[in-house]
Amino acid sequence: MKNKKSWYDYLWIWSILFFVLGFFNIMFAYLGLIDFLVPIFMAVLGGDKKFCNRYCGRGQLLEKLGKDLKLSRGKPTPKWMASKYFRYGFLIFFMTMFANMLYITYLVFAGVRDLKEAITVLWTFKVPFGWAYTASAVPDGMAQFAFGFYSVMLTSTIIGIAVMLLFKPRTWCAFCPMGTMTQGICKIKYRE
Amino acid sequence: MSRKAELEKSLCVACGECVKICPREALSVYRGIYAICDKTKCVGCGLCAKNCPANALFINESEADNK
Repeated sequence: MKNKKSWYDYLWIWSILFFVLGFFNIMFAYLGLIDFLVPIFMAVLGGDKKFCNRYCGRGQLLEKLGKDLKLSRGKPTPKWMASKYFRYGFLIFFMTMFANMLYITYLVFAGVRDLKEAITVLWTFKVPFGWAYTASAVPDGMAQFAFGFYSVMLTSTIIGIAVMLLFKPRTWCAFCPMGTMTQGICKIKYRE
Repeated sequence: MSRKAELEKSLCVACGECVKICPREALSVYRGIYAICDKTKCVGCGLCAKNCPANALFINESEADNK
């Protein structure tokens, strides 16, 4: 157990900051791409899961809430939730919803669809979010992506917090799509 | 009685939670695929098994070392 803290042990602050910044200006959602691209680059180029192991702000935040604030019940993750089928199934579902978000962005860029100044929570509930965006500040398609990406990040965080409360602090990691994807990249890279 | 951490590779997601929690630095993540346990360092405290989000770690009790 490491006692001396490093700069990356405070990345949980980034996880909170991301949502706060996006709440006031949705264009900050683009910063969330760091959490999407860096793990993939690390897996492809470095051949490891250093991002999950060390730099994942969300994992750290869930640990803070679950362990330090004792919000987690600490019950074992249900077997089905930690199973391969659920992990890969959730990855496919998550990527399908992500692709759908990209398609909507494309439609707005193409002028076929109007910009919706709203976020979609848990892929279902539309929440008006107009205050976070100044109309015509950027092309509508760019803003649409920001609303969509913020929705993706918020939805996954809500699920992460829900399973943290019910089970172990980092139960989310058992089926996190980014974790499954980067582990898959490592498996392919090392032919395991 | 010897208590050591054991890993079910197929369940491990290589999140690194066990690495962080282990008081003996007995665990590490191998090539981003699964965790590995250095049995010479492991004292079988069970912290890793308790915290593993994927239920991949467990404590194996055996009398082998005492025989």
